[in-house]
Amino acid sequence: MTSVLYDAPGPRAKRRNVLFSVVFFVLLALLLWWIWQTMDDKGQLKWALWKPFTQSEAWTTYLLPGLADTLKAAALAMVIALPLGAFFGIARLSDHRWVRGTAGTVVEFFRAIPVLLLMLFANEFYVRSTDISSEQRPMYAVVTGLVLYNASVLAEIVRAGILSLPRGQTEAAMAVGLRKGQTMTNVLLPQAVTAMLPAIVSQLVVIVKDTALGGAMLGFTELLNSRQTLAAVYATVIPSFIVVAAMYIVLNFMLTSFASWLEGRLRRSKKSTGAVLGEDTVEVNPAAVRGTYGTGENTGGGGGLT
Amino acid sequence: MTVKLTILSAVGSLIWGTLLAAMRVSPVPLMRGFGTAYVNIVRNIPLTVIIVFASLGLSDVFGMTMGAADDFDTQSFRLAVLGFVVYTAAFVCEAIRSGINTVPVGQAEAARAIGLTFSQILGHIILPQAFRSVIGPLANVLIALTKNTTVAAAIGVAEAALLMKEMIENEAQTLAIGAVFALGFVVLTLPTGLILGWLSKRLAVKR
Repeated sequence: MTSVLYDAPGPRAKRRNVLFSVVFFVLLALLLWWIWQTMDDKGQLKWALWKPFTQSEAWTTYLLPGLADTLKAAALAMVIALPLGAFFGIARLSDHRWVRGTAGTVVEFFRAIPVLLLMLFANEFYVRSTDISSEQRPMYAVVTGLVLYNASVLAEIVRAGILSLPRGQTEAAMAVGLRKGQTMTNVLLPQAVTAMLPAIVSQLVVIVKDTALGGAMLGFTELLNSRQTLAAVYATVIPSFIVVAAMYIVLNFMLTSFASWLEGRLRRSKKSTGAVLGEDTVEVNPAAVRGTYGTGENTGGGGGLT
Repeated sequence: MTVKLTILSAVGSLIWGTLLAAMRVSPVPLMRGFGTAYVNIVRNIPLTVIIVFASLGLSDVFGMTMGAADDFDTQSFRLAVLGFVVYTAAFVCEAIRSGINTVPVGQAEAARAIGLTFSQILGHIILPQAFRSVIGPLANVLIALTKNTTVAAAIGVAEAALLMKEMIENEAQTLAIGAVFALGFVVLTLPTGLILGWLSKRLAVKR
Protein backbone atom coordinates (compact mmCIF):
# COMPACT_ATOMS: atom_id res chain seq x y z
CA MET A 1 0.00 0.00 0.00
CA THR A 2 2.76 2.35 0.89
CA SER A 3 4.19 2.40 -2.56
CA VAL A 4 0.78 3.11 -4.06
CA LEU A 5 0.65 6.49 -2.38
CA TYR A 6 3.51 7.99 -4.38
CA ASP A 7 5.27 7.39 -7.69
CA ALA A 8 8.71 5.94 -7.96
CA PRO A 9 10.81 9.05 -7.30
CA GLY A 10 12.37 10.78 -10.27
CA PRO A 11 15.41 13.02 -10.01
CA ARG A 12 13.51 15.98 -8.56
CA ALA A 13 11.50 13.89 -6.13
CA LYS A 14 14.69 12.16 -5.04
CA ARG A 15 16.28 15.50 -4.32
CA ARG A 16 13.19 16.59 -2.42
CA ASN A 17 13.16 13.38 -0.40
CA VAL A 18 16.81 13.84 0.50
CA LEU A 19 16.01 17.40 1.54
CA PHE A 20 13.13 16.21 3.74
CA SER A 21 15.33 13.50 5.22
CA VAL A 22 18.00 16.04 6.08
CA VAL A 23 15.50 18.47 7.61
CA PHE A 24 13.84 15.72 9.62
CA PHE A 25 17.20 14.35 10.68
CA VAL A 26 18.29 17.77 11.88
CA LEU A 27 15.06 18.22 13.82
CA LEU A 28 15.44 14.77 15.38
CA ALA A 29 19.08 15.44 16.19
CA LEU A 30 18.13 18.76 17.75
CA LEU A 31 15.51 17.03 19.89
CA LEU A 32 17.97 14.35 21.00
CA TRP A 33 20.62 16.97 21.64
CA TRP A 34 18.14 18.98 23.72
CA ILE A 35 17.22 15.90 25.77
CA TRP A 36 20.90 15.08 26.24
CA GLN A 37 21.67 18.65 27.22
CA THR A 38 18.83 18.82 29.74
CA MET A 39 19.91 15.54 31.28
CA ASP A 40 23.45 16.82 31.45
CA ASP A 41 22.30 20.06 33.08
CA LYS A 42 20.48 18.16 35.76
CA GLY A 43 23.45 15.88 36.23
CA GLN A 44 21.64 12.76 35.05
CA LEU A 45 24.48 11.51 32.88
CA LYS A 46 26.97 11.09 35.68
CA TRP A 47 28.41 7.62 35.75
CA ALA A 48 27.59 7.24 39.43
CA LEU A 49 23.88 7.16 38.56
CA TRP A 50 24.25 4.45 35.96
CA LYS A 51 26.87 2.41 37.79
CA PRO A 52 24.41 0.40 39.94
CA PHE A 53 23.05 -1.26 36.81
CA THR A 54 26.44 -2.73 35.98
CA GLN A 55 26.70 -4.36 39.38
CA SER A 56 24.95 -7.52 40.38
CA GLU A 57 23.54 -6.13 43.61
CA ALA A 58 20.98 -3.85 41.98
CA TRP A 59 19.77 -6.73 39.85
CA THR A 60 19.64 -9.50 42.42
CA THR A 61 18.16 -7.37 45.21
CA TYR A 62 15.65 -5.26 43.32
CA LEU A 63 15.11 -5.77 39.63
CA LEU A 64 15.12 -9.56 39.33
CA PRO A 65 12.73 -10.22 42.26
CA GLY A 66 10.50 -7.51 40.79
CA LEU A 67 10.64 -9.14 37.39
CA ALA A 68 9.87 -12.51 39.00
CA ASP A 69 6.76 -11.08 40.67
CA THR A 70 5.65 -9.42 37.44
CA LEU A 71 6.07 -12.71 35.59
CA LYS A 72 4.37 -14.69 38.34
CA ALA A 73 1.30 -12.45 38.41
CA ALA A 74 1.14 -12.25 34.62
CA ALA A 75 1.52 -16.00 34.19
CA LEU A 76 -1.11 -16.79 36.82
CA ALA A 77 -3.52 -14.31 35.28
CA MET A 78 -2.93 -15.74 31.80
CA VAL A 79 -3.36 -19.34 32.92
CA ILE A 80 -6.66 -18.59 34.66
CA ALA A 81 -7.99 -16.04 32.18
CA LEU A 82 -7.48 -18.08 29.01
CA PRO A 83 -9.72 -21.06 29.90
CA LEU A 84 -12.22 -18.76 31.61
CA GLY A 85 -12.31 -16.53 28.55
CA ALA A 86 -12.76 -19.52 26.26
CA PHE A 87 -15.55 -20.79 28.50
CA PHE A 88 -17.44 -17.50 28.48
CA GLY A 89 -16.83 -16.99 24.78
CA ILE A 90 -18.39 -20.36 24.01
CA ALA A 91 -21.16 -19.79 26.54
CA ARG A 92 -22.13 -16.62 24.69
CA LEU A 93 -22.70 -18.74 21.60
CA SER A 94 -24.86 -21.25 23.45
CA ASP A 95 -28.24 -22.32 22.10
CA HIS A 96 -29.90 -21.82 25.47
CA ARG A 97 -31.02 -18.28 26.02
CA TRP A 98 -30.35 -18.13 29.76
CA VAL A 99 -26.75 -19.37 29.36
CA ARG A 100 -26.19 -16.88 26.55
CA GLY A 101 -27.77 -14.04 28.49
CA THR A 102 -25.90 -14.67 31.73
CA ALA A 103 -22.53 -14.99 30.03
CA GLY A 104 -23.25 -11.90 27.92
CA THR A 105 -24.12 -9.80 30.96
CA VAL A 106 -21.04 -10.89 32.88
CA VAL A 107 -18.73 -10.25 29.94
CA GLU A 108 -20.19 -6.85 29.03
CA PHE A 109 -20.16 -5.73 32.64
CA PHE A 110 -16.54 -6.57 33.41
CA ARG A 111 -15.39 -5.26 30.05
CA ALA A 112 -16.84 -1.82 30.76
CA ILE A 113 -15.02 -1.32 34.07
CA PRO A 114 -11.40 -0.18 34.27
CA VAL A 115 -9.11 -2.96 35.40
CA LEU A 116 -7.68 -0.68 38.10
CA LEU A 117 -11.08 -0.33 39.77
CA LEU A 118 -11.44 -4.11 39.72
CA MET A 119 -8.04 -4.47 41.39
CA LEU A 120 -8.80 -1.87 44.07
CA PHE A 121 -12.12 -3.47 44.76
CA ALA A 122 -10.64 -6.98 44.94
CA ASN A 123 -7.97 -5.73 47.31
CA GLU A 124 -10.56 -4.22 49.63
CA PHE A 125 -12.69 -7.32 49.37
CA TYR A 126 -9.78 -9.51 50.46
CA VAL A 127 -9.03 -7.20 53.37
CA ARG A 128 -12.55 -7.43 54.71
CA SER A 129 -13.74 -10.87 53.86
CA THR A 130 -10.74 -13.19 53.86
CA ASP A 131 -7.69 -13.78 55.99
CA ILE A 132 -5.01 -13.73 53.31
CA SER A 133 -1.79 -12.35 54.80
CA SER A 134 -1.04 -8.77 53.90
CA GLU A 135 2.12 -9.67 51.95
CA GLN A 136 0.15 -12.02 49.74
CA ARG A 137 -2.88 -9.79 49.31
CA PRO A 138 -1.69 -7.37 46.60
CA MET A 139 -0.73 -10.30 44.43
CA TYR A 140 -4.14 -11.93 44.83
CA ALA A 141 -5.86 -8.62 44.14
CA VAL A 142 -3.82 -7.96 41.00
CA VAL A 143 -4.45 -11.44 39.65
CA THR A 144 -8.17 -11.25 40.43
CA GLY A 145 -8.53 -7.90 38.70
CA LEU A 146 -6.57 -9.01 35.67
CA VAL A 147 -8.47 -12.29 35.39
CA LEU A 148 -11.92 -10.70 35.61
CA TYR A 149 -11.16 -8.04 33.04
CA ASN A 150 -9.05 -10.01 30.59
CA ALA A 151 -11.20 -13.12 30.70
CA SER A 152 -14.12 -11.05 29.46
CA VAL A 153 -12.06 -9.44 26.71
CA LEU A 154 -10.70 -12.86 25.72
CA ALA A 155 -14.28 -14.16 25.67
CA GLU A 156 -15.11 -11.53 23.07
CA ILE A 157 -12.06 -12.52 21.02
CA VAL A 158 -13.00 -16.20 21.14
CA ARG A 159 -16.57 -15.40 20.12
CA ALA A 160 -15.40 -13.24 17.22
CA GLY A 161 -12.96 -15.96 16.17
CA ILE A 162 -15.61 -18.68 16.10
CA LEU A 163 -18.11 -16.44 14.32
CA SER A 164 -15.53 -15.62 11.66
CA LEU A 165 -15.44 -19.25 10.49
CA PRO A 166 -17.55 -20.11 7.46
CA ARG A 167 -21.01 -21.40 8.37
CA GLY A 168 -20.41 -24.46 6.24
CA GLN A 169 -18.03 -25.80 8.87
CA THR A 170 -20.79 -26.10 11.46
CA GLU A 171 -23.26 -27.42 8.95
CA ALA A 172 -20.85 -30.06 7.67
CA ALA A 173 -20.02 -31.14 11.22
CA MET A 174 -23.73 -31.49 11.98
CA ALA A 175 -24.29 -33.36 8.75
CA VAL A 176 -21.75 -36.05 9.66
CA GLY A 177 -23.59 -36.45 12.98
CA LEU A 178 -21.30 -34.74 15.49
CA ARG A 179 -22.88 -33.47 18.65
CA LYS A 180 -22.66 -29.78 19.58
CA GLY A 181 -19.75 -30.31 21.97
CA GLN A 182 -17.87 -32.36 19.41
CA THR A 183 -18.48 -29.75 16.73
CA MET A 184 -17.01 -27.12 18.99
CA THR A 185 -13.95 -29.02 20.21
CA ASN A 186 -13.07 -30.96 17.08
CA VAL A 187 -14.06 -28.62 14.27
CA LEU A 188 -14.57 -25.02 15.27
CA LEU A 189 -12.03 -24.32 18.05
CA PRO A 190 -8.91 -25.70 16.34
CA GLN A 191 -9.57 -23.50 13.33
CA ALA A 192 -10.59 -20.46 15.30
CA VAL A 193 -7.47 -20.52 17.48
CA THR A 194 -5.20 -19.90 14.50
CA ALA A 195 -7.26 -16.96 13.37
CA MET A 196 -7.52 -15.55 16.88
CA LEU A 197 -3.85 -15.83 17.79
CA PRO A 198 -2.76 -12.24 16.99
CA ALA A 199 -5.64 -10.78 18.99
CA ILE A 200 -5.05 -13.18 21.91
CA VAL A 201 -1.36 -12.35 22.05
CA SER A 202 -1.90 -8.62 22.10
CA GLN A 203 -4.26 -9.23 25.02
CA LEU A 204 -1.53 -11.24 26.78
CA VAL A 205 0.81 -8.29 26.29
CA VAL A 206 -1.87 -6.17 27.93
CA ILE A 207 -1.85 -8.53 30.93
CA VAL A 208 1.90 -8.16 31.32
CA LYS A 209 1.65 -4.38 31.07
CA ASP A 210 -1.25 -4.11 33.49
CA THR A 211 0.60 -5.87 36.30
CA ALA A 212 2.39 -2.54 36.66
CA LEU A 213 -0.88 -1.02 37.90
CA GLY A 214 -0.70 -3.17 41.00
CA GLY A 215 2.79 -1.89 41.67
CA ALA A 216 1.75 1.73 41.51
CA MET A 217 -1.53 1.55 43.39
CA LEU A 218 -1.54 -1.52 45.65
CA GLY A 219 2.08 -1.84 46.68
CA PHE A 220 2.50 -5.14 44.86
CA THR A 221 6.27 -5.70 44.69
CA GLU A 222 6.61 -6.07 40.94
CA LEU A 223 9.03 -4.43 38.54
CA LEU A 224 7.71 -0.88 38.78
CA ASN A 225 7.51 -1.05 42.54
CA SER A 226 11.03 -2.44 42.94
CA ARG A 227 12.17 0.37 40.66
CA GLN A 228 10.91 2.80 43.26
CA THR A 229 12.84 1.10 46.05
CA LEU A 230 15.91 0.92 43.87
CA ALA A 231 15.66 4.59 42.92
CA ALA A 232 15.35 5.48 46.57
CA VAL A 233 18.39 3.44 47.55
CA TYR A 234 20.74 4.54 44.74
CA ALA A 235 19.06 7.90 43.98
CA THR A 236 18.80 7.03 40.29
CA VAL A 237 15.35 8.07 39.12
CA ILE A 238 15.79 8.55 35.37
CA PRO A 239 18.23 5.68 34.73
CA SER A 240 16.02 3.26 36.65
CA PHE A 241 12.98 4.28 34.58
CA ILE A 242 14.89 3.77 31.35
CA VAL A 243 16.15 0.35 32.44
CA VAL A 244 12.70 -0.81 33.60
CA ALA A 245 11.02 0.42 30.41
CA ALA A 246 13.63 -1.45 28.38
CA MET A 247 12.91 -4.60 30.39
CA TYR A 248 9.19 -4.33 29.66
CA ILE A 249 9.86 -3.76 25.97
CA VAL A 250 12.13 -6.80 25.75
CA LEU A 251 9.62 -8.94 27.67
CA ASN A 252 6.68 -7.99 25.44
CA PHE A 253 8.76 -8.22 22.31
CA MET A 254 9.71 -11.79 23.22
CA LEU A 255 6.04 -12.62 23.76
CA THR A 256 5.01 -11.24 20.36
CA SER A 257 7.95 -12.87 18.55
CA PHE A 258 7.07 -16.22 20.09
CA ALA A 259 3.47 -15.75 19.02
CA SER A 260 4.31 -14.94 15.42
CA TRP A 261 6.62 -17.96 15.32
CA LEU A 262 3.81 -20.13 16.72
CA GLU A 263 1.34 -18.67 14.26
CA GLY A 264 3.64 -19.41 11.35
CA ARG A 265 3.99 -22.99 12.56
CA LEU A 266 0.23 -23.49 12.97
CA ARG A 267 -0.45 -22.05 9.54
CA ARG A 268 2.16 -24.24 7.92
CA SER A 269 1.02 -27.47 9.51
CA LYS A 270 -2.57 -26.67 8.57
CA LYS A 271 -1.63 -26.11 4.96
CA SER A 272 0.43 -29.29 4.68
CA THR A 273 -2.50 -31.45 5.71
CA GLY A 274 -4.67 -29.78 3.13
CA ALA A 275 -7.03 -28.29 5.69
CA VAL A 276 -9.39 -25.44 4.96
CA LEU A 277 -7.26 -22.80 6.55
CA GLY A 278 -5.06 -21.39 3.89
CA GLU A 279 -3.76 -18.09 2.72
CA ASP A 280 -7.21 -16.64 2.37
CA THR A 281 -8.21 -17.27 5.98
CA VAL A 282 -10.12 -14.39 7.43
CA GLU A 283 -8.27 -13.13 10.44
CA VAL A 284 -10.30 -11.88 13.32
CA ASN A 285 -10.36 -8.17 12.90
CA PRO A 286 -8.80 -7.18 16.22
CA ALA A 287 -10.45 -3.81 15.92
CA ALA A 288 -13.82 -5.50 16.08
CA VAL A 289 -13.13 -6.55 19.63
CA ARG A 290 -13.44 -3.61 21.94
CA GLY A 291 -10.48 -3.14 24.18
CA THR A 292 -7.80 -4.83 22.15
CA TYR A 293 -5.71 -3.83 19.24
CA GLY A 294 -3.93 -6.48 17.30
CA THR A 295 -0.69 -6.00 15.53
CA GLY A 296 -2.07 -6.68 12.07
CA GLU A 297 0.56 -7.33 9.46
CA ASN A 298 3.04 -5.38 11.45
CA THR A 299 5.91 -7.67 12.41
CA GLY A 300 7.59 -5.35 14.84
CA GLY A 301 5.65 -6.75 17.74
CA GLY A 302 3.37 -4.76 19.91
CA GLY A 303 0.76 -4.68 22.51
CA GLY A 304 -2.75 -3.60 23.09
CA LEU A 305 -4.31 -0.68 24.73
CA THR A 306 -5.99 -1.04 28.13
CA MET B 1 -12.23 15.01 36.23
CA THR B 2 -12.29 11.68 34.43
CA VAL B 3 -14.30 13.21 31.58
CA LYS B 4 -12.05 16.27 31.30
CA LEU B 5 -8.95 14.09 31.28
CA THR B 6 -10.46 11.86 28.60
CA ILE B 7 -11.49 14.66 26.25
CA LEU B 8 -8.22 16.57 26.39
CA SER B 9 -6.14 13.42 25.93
CA ALA B 10 -8.37 12.23 23.10
CA VAL B 11 -7.95 15.46 21.11
CA GLY B 12 -4.20 15.54 21.69
CA SER B 13 -3.60 11.93 20.78
CA LEU B 14 -5.78 12.21 17.68
CA ILE B 15 -3.59 15.00 16.31
CA TRP B 16 -0.28 13.41 17.23
CA GLY B 17 -1.48 9.97 16.11
CA THR B 18 -2.51 11.30 12.69
CA LEU B 19 0.88 12.94 12.26
CA LEU B 20 2.56 9.65 13.20
CA ALA B 21 0.41 7.73 10.73
CA ALA B 22 1.31 10.21 7.99
CA MET B 23 4.97 9.70 8.86
CA ARG B 24 4.62 5.92 8.69
CA VAL B 25 3.37 5.97 5.10
CA SER B 26 5.51 8.86 3.87
CA PRO B 27 8.09 8.50 1.07
CA VAL B 28 10.92 9.63 3.33
CA PRO B 29 12.55 6.51 4.85
CA LEU B 30 13.82 8.31 7.94
CA MET B 31 10.31 9.47 8.88
CA ARG B 32 8.95 5.96 8.30
CA GLY B 33 11.64 4.56 10.57
CA PHE B 34 10.92 7.09 13.28
CA GLY B 35 7.18 6.41 13.15
CA THR B 36 7.65 2.65 13.32
CA ALA B 37 10.17 2.86 16.15
CA TYR B 38 7.97 5.21 18.14
CA VAL B 39 4.89 3.03 17.83
CA ASN B 40 6.69 -0.19 18.68
CA ILE B 41 8.51 1.23 21.68
CA VAL B 42 5.61 3.14 23.20
CA ARG B 43 3.14 0.31 22.67
CA ASN B 44 5.24 -2.11 24.69
CA ILE B 45 5.73 0.11 27.74
CA PRO B 46 3.01 -0.10 30.40
CA LEU B 47 0.96 3.08 30.63
CA THR B 48 1.62 3.13 34.36
CA VAL B 49 5.35 3.44 33.75
CA ILE B 50 4.79 6.37 31.38
CA ILE B 51 2.47 8.17 33.77
CA VAL B 52 4.67 7.64 36.81
CA PHE B 53 7.68 8.71 34.78
CA ALA B 54 5.89 11.90 33.75
CA SER B 55 5.36 12.72 37.38
CA LEU B 56 8.60 11.55 39.03
CA GLY B 57 11.02 11.93 36.15
CA LEU B 58 9.82 14.93 34.21
CA SER B 59 8.58 17.15 36.97
CA ASP B 60 10.70 16.19 39.98
CA VAL B 61 14.06 15.71 38.29
CA PHE B 62 13.87 17.94 35.23
CA GLY B 63 11.64 20.52 36.84
CA MET B 64 9.14 20.45 34.00
CA THR B 65 6.13 22.36 35.31
CA MET B 66 3.88 22.63 32.24
CA GLY B 67 3.28 26.28 33.08
CA ALA B 68 1.78 25.59 36.49
CA ALA B 69 4.71 25.69 38.84
CA ASP B 70 2.91 26.67 42.00
CA ASP B 71 -0.24 24.63 41.53
CA PHE B 72 0.53 20.97 42.12
CA ASP B 73 -2.91 19.67 41.08
CA THR B 74 -2.92 21.46 37.74
CA GLN B 75 0.62 20.37 37.12
CA SER B 76 0.01 16.67 37.64
CA PHE B 77 -3.19 16.95 35.61
CA ARG B 78 -1.28 18.37 32.65
CA LEU B 79 1.49 15.81 33.03
CA ALA B 80 -1.12 13.05 33.03
CA VAL B 81 -2.61 14.45 29.80
CA LEU B 82 0.86 14.49 28.28
CA GLY B 83 1.40 10.86 29.28
CA PHE B 84 -1.95 9.77 27.84
CA VAL B 85 -1.30 11.62 24.58
CA VAL B 86 2.11 9.98 24.17
CA TYR B 87 0.69 6.52 24.86
CA THR B 88 -2.65 6.65 23.06
CA ALA B 89 -1.17 8.30 19.95
CA ALA B 90 0.63 5.03 19.17
CA PHE B 91 -2.72 3.20 19.06
CA VAL B 92 -4.45 5.97 17.12
CA CYS B 93 -1.61 5.78 14.62
CA GLU B 94 -2.09 2.04 14.16
CA ALA B 95 -5.86 2.43 13.76
CA ILE B 96 -5.49 5.13 11.13
CA ARG B 97 -2.83 3.16 9.30
CA SER B 98 -5.16 0.19 9.10
CA GLY B 99 -7.82 2.61 7.82
CA ILE B 100 -5.46 3.80 5.11
CA ASN B 101 -5.03 0.18 4.12
CA THR B 102 -8.78 -0.23 3.63
CA VAL B 103 -9.00 2.54 1.02
CA PRO B 104 -9.03 0.82 -2.38
CA VAL B 105 -5.78 1.00 -4.31
CA GLY B 106 -7.59 2.57 -7.27
CA GLN B 107 -8.23 5.74 -5.31
CA ALA B 108 -4.55 6.43 -4.77
CA GLU B 109 -3.72 5.37 -8.32
CA ALA B 110 -6.32 7.71 -9.78
CA ALA B 111 -5.02 10.54 -7.62
CA ARG B 112 -1.49 9.89 -8.81
CA ALA B 113 -2.67 9.71 -12.39
CA ILE B 114 -4.03 13.25 -12.23
CA GLY B 115 -0.70 14.38 -10.84
CA LEU B 116 -1.39 15.08 -7.18
CA THR B 117 1.58 15.12 -4.83
CA PHE B 118 1.94 12.86 -1.82
CA SER B 119 0.61 15.39 0.67
CA GLN B 120 -2.35 16.20 -1.60
CA ILE B 121 -3.14 12.50 -2.07
CA LEU B 122 -3.00 11.88 1.66
CA GLY B 123 -4.81 15.06 2.69
CA HIS B 124 -7.54 15.21 0.06
CA ILE B 125 -8.13 11.64 -1.06
CA ILE B 126 -6.92 8.99 1.37
CA LEU B 127 -7.29 10.40 4.88
CA PRO B 128 -10.91 11.63 4.53
CA GLN B 129 -11.93 8.13 3.44
CA ALA B 130 -9.68 6.43 5.95
CA PHE B 131 -11.08 8.46 8.86
CA ARG B 132 -14.62 7.47 8.03
CA SER B 133 -13.73 3.79 7.97
CA VAL B 134 -11.80 3.87 11.26
CA ILE B 135 -14.48 5.53 13.38
CA GLY B 136 -15.23 2.11 14.87
CA PRO B 137 -11.64 1.28 15.87
CA LEU B 138 -11.11 4.86 17.05
CA ALA B 139 -14.20 4.53 19.22
CA ASN B 140 -12.55 1.50 20.83
CA VAL B 141 -9.43 3.54 21.46
CA LEU B 142 -11.56 6.27 23.03
CA ILE B 143 -13.34 3.80 25.29
CA ALA B 144 -10.05 2.24 26.32
CA LEU B 145 -8.72 5.73 27.00
CA THR B 146 -11.70 6.47 29.23
CA LYS B 147 -10.87 3.39 31.26
CA ASN B 148 -7.16 4.12 31.20
CA THR B 149 -7.61 7.54 32.78
CA THR B 150 -7.97 5.69 36.11
CA VAL B 151 -4.22 5.12 35.93
CA ALA B 152 -3.71 8.84 36.56
CA ALA B 153 -4.68 8.10 40.16
CA ALA B 154 -1.14 6.74 40.50
CA ILE B 155 0.22 10.30 40.39
CA GLY B 156 -2.54 11.82 42.46
CA VAL B 157 -4.94 13.25 39.89
CA ALA B 158 -8.33 13.32 41.57
CA GLU B 159 -10.28 11.15 39.13
CA ALA B 160 -12.58 8.20 39.71
CA ALA B 161 -10.13 5.52 40.86
CA LEU B 162 -8.51 7.73 43.46
CA LEU B 163 -11.90 8.88 44.74
CA MET B 164 -13.02 5.29 45.00
CA LYS B 165 -9.88 4.26 46.85
CA GLU B 166 -10.31 7.06 49.37
CA MET B 167 -13.99 6.43 49.82
CA ILE B 168 -13.47 2.72 50.34
CA GLU B 169 -10.85 3.45 52.97
CA ASN B 170 -13.13 5.85 54.82
CA GLU B 171 -16.56 4.31 54.49
CA ALA B 172 -17.93 0.95 55.44
CA GLN B 173 -20.04 -0.04 52.42
CA THR B 174 -17.32 -1.37 50.13
CA LEU B 175 -19.73 -3.14 47.87
CA ALA B 176 -22.03 -0.17 47.36
CA ILE B 177 -19.19 2.22 46.53
CA GLY B 178 -17.65 -0.28 44.12
CA ALA B 179 -20.99 -0.76 42.43
CA VAL B 180 -21.58 2.99 42.05
CA PHE B 181 -18.19 3.58 40.41
CA ALA B 182 -18.59 0.53 38.19
CA LEU B 183 -21.98 1.80 37.12
CA GLY B 184 -20.50 5.23 36.44
CA PHE B 185 -18.04 3.74 33.98
CA VAL B 186 -20.68 1.60 32.34
CA VAL B 187 -22.73 4.78 31.85
CA LEU B 188 -19.72 6.54 30.35
CA THR B 189 -18.47 3.83 28.02
CA LEU B 190 -21.60 2.08 26.78
CA PRO B 191 -23.26 5.16 25.17
CA THR B 192 -19.91 6.19 23.65
CA GLY B 193 -19.68 2.79 22.03
CA LEU B 194 -23.28 2.84 20.83
CA ILE B 195 -23.24 6.42 19.47
CA LEU B 196 -19.92 6.03 17.69
CA GLY B 197 -20.95 2.62 16.37
CA TRP B 198 -24.07 4.19 14.90
CA LEU B 199 -21.97 7.07 13.50
CA SER B 200 -19.49 4.71 11.89
CA LYS B 201 -22.33 2.91 10.13
CA ARG B 202 -23.84 6.21 8.98
CA LEU B 203 -20.61 7.62 7.67
CA ALA B 204 -19.17 4.42 6.23
CA VAL B 205 -18.03 4.83 2.65
CA LYS B 206 -20.52 2.83 0.59
CA ARG B 207 -18.75 0.52 -1.80
